[in-house]
Amino acid sequence: MGDVLELRGLTKRFPGHTAVEDMSLSIPPGEFFCLLGPSGCGKTTTLRMVAGFEEPTRGDIFLRGNRINALRPYERNVSTVFQNYALFPHLTVRENIEFGLRHRRNGGRKDITGVVEMLQLGGKEDRKPDQLSGGERQRVALARSLVLEPDVLLLDEPLSALDPNLRKQVRGELVALQRRVGITFLFITHDQEEALSVSDRLALLNQGRLEQVGTPREVYLKPATRFAAGFLGPINWINGIGVRPEAMRISPARLEDARSAPATVTNSVFLGNCLHVETQLASGERVVAEVSRFEGGYSTGEDVYVCWNERDELALPPG
Amino acid sequence: MRRLRFLFLAPAAGIVVLLFFVPLAILLGYAALTRGAYGGAGAPWTLENWVRLADPLYVGILARSVAVAAVSTALCLVLGFPLAWFIARAGRRKNLWLALVMLPFWTSFLVRTYAWMFLLRDTGLFNTALLKLGLIAEPLPLLYNYGAVILGLVYGYLPFMVLPLFATLERLDKSLLEAAGDLGARPWQAQWRVVVPLAAPGIRAGALLVFIPCLGAYLTPDLLGGGKTILIGTLIQNQFTNSRDWPFGSAASLALMAVVLALLMLQVRKKQEDLL
Repeated sequence: MGDVLELRGLTKRFPGHTAVEDMSLSIPPGEFFCLLGPSGCGKTTTLRMVAGFEEPTRGDIFLRGNRINALRPYERNVSTVFQNYALFPHLTVRENIEFGLRHRRNGGRKDITGVVEMLQLGGKEDRKPDQLSGGERQRVALARSLVLEPDVLLLDEPLSALDPNLRKQVRGELVALQRRVGITFLFITHDQEEALSVSDRLALLNQGRLEQVGTPREVYLKPATRFAAGFLGPINWINGIGVRPEAMRISPARLEDARSAPATVTNSVFLGNCLHVETQLASGERVVAEVSRFEGGYSTGEDVYVCWNERDELALPPG
Repeated sequence: MRRLRFLFLAPAAGIVVLLFFVPLAILLGYAALTRGAYGGAGAPWTLENWVRLADPLYVGILARSVAVAAVSTALCLVLGFPLAWFIARAGRRKNLWLALVMLPFWTSFLVRTYAWMFLLRDTGLFNTALLKLGLIAEPLPLLYNYGAVILGLVYGYLPFMVLPLFATLERLDKSLLEAAGDLGARPWQAQWRVVVPLAAPGIRAGALLVFIPCLGAYLTPDLLGGGKTILIGTLIQNQFTNSRDWPFGSAASLALMAVVLALLMLQVRKKQEDLL
């Protein structure tokens, strides 16, 4: 089976700036795919072009092998979960979920009990959106789209409107839901932890261009660019070589089996589950080591060695 | 602090009491008196004015007035909705379009109504042009009928429909429209199922702002309707001038107010429902 969604050389220019530049991507059916990047990187514009709200300046969008550039939003078998959910405030939960079914030629009347149960909205069908919690609203938005069984579900930062405590729980539920329905998810976020935790594969965007596409493991452990390395997590640069803080150790002496460099502790921050030991090398480079709190504390001004294994080095082109 | 608040409220409260409640009381008094020979009113107290209002002639006039006001309001809505929608989406040009909508207010309503007379009469612009073009042999009866009255009312009160509609449509979350399209609704379906229901408060406000003055309108029916189209405003005016029947005029005015008040109550109740 071919890819469910393919972007080929997709470009979007607005007066004065280019939002998306020559983007090509292929997403196989059933994948949970993330578009990750800082704000203004073009991820929302990309999603809006797939949904049909923006017209590409150049390039093509293929859905199940058919070019859909010229189709109106209501003619595309994709559905969007909006950042603010965009639930219809004058309609009940049931009417919101049934909204799209009315416009389907083949669907017509369809029982929504299944989707209501799946999203734990039972008993809330007759409420209006303003009588729901944030999490419930998000689930109504999901139900409203999923009931249409789209080829691709587009999710525009669907967790950002939620309480931070709820966010981690919901993202787990979202992954479980995606596995269950088997629909391809195109998920947008600026939160790298979120992207790493939910996606099968992710694409990192920067200034309208693709930086890297790969599994979370690939992109985190083998970043293709310095931007990718820095965006996916904190990183230390030692003489052009990148090492993640969690791969750093602190030792009172040089270690035989590892690379090391003498450093001076400048600060030690207790984070509950770990310690962040901030040090400075003789070269002036700052290095942070994330170490177990069981290792004990370090005091400012202490002379130590920062150590790491060669296999944890991220070799990247300079720049 | 509290005293200061009363100080600032006093002028407005004074105006309302002096110029609204006092005349209203006088009106109530007059409506229960007998007409004087040369205007005015006097003893004895009577309910006859109210009985007279129930006469089919006057009930008919009130019903016709309600019908004319309702048709005018409906036309204002049909014409005003697309206009308000267009302005709400006009981006930076918004203020320019709003200014244009309000531009007619710079000229006296009387002058503008006379202008319609000049356009519509037998020797007016429309008839002259059509005659000259040979499209008609006889002038069309454009003036002095209900059509002309409704035209004048729609023309005069359209801005009162557009402005509240604009205010609600402008606040409408754009993503709701996108969501409707995304869920398969064509643009007109999205309008009907999302925009119109959400604009309901604006539609109600605009409808009231148009319907109430149309119901009591005197100038437009008198000038554009001529003598053939007696509406409630004209009837009341006649009672105080030609007929010199102030008590009956008072009763008719109060009946008109009662209709308006009933409508306002409906609107208030609806508004409370909206808030729930």
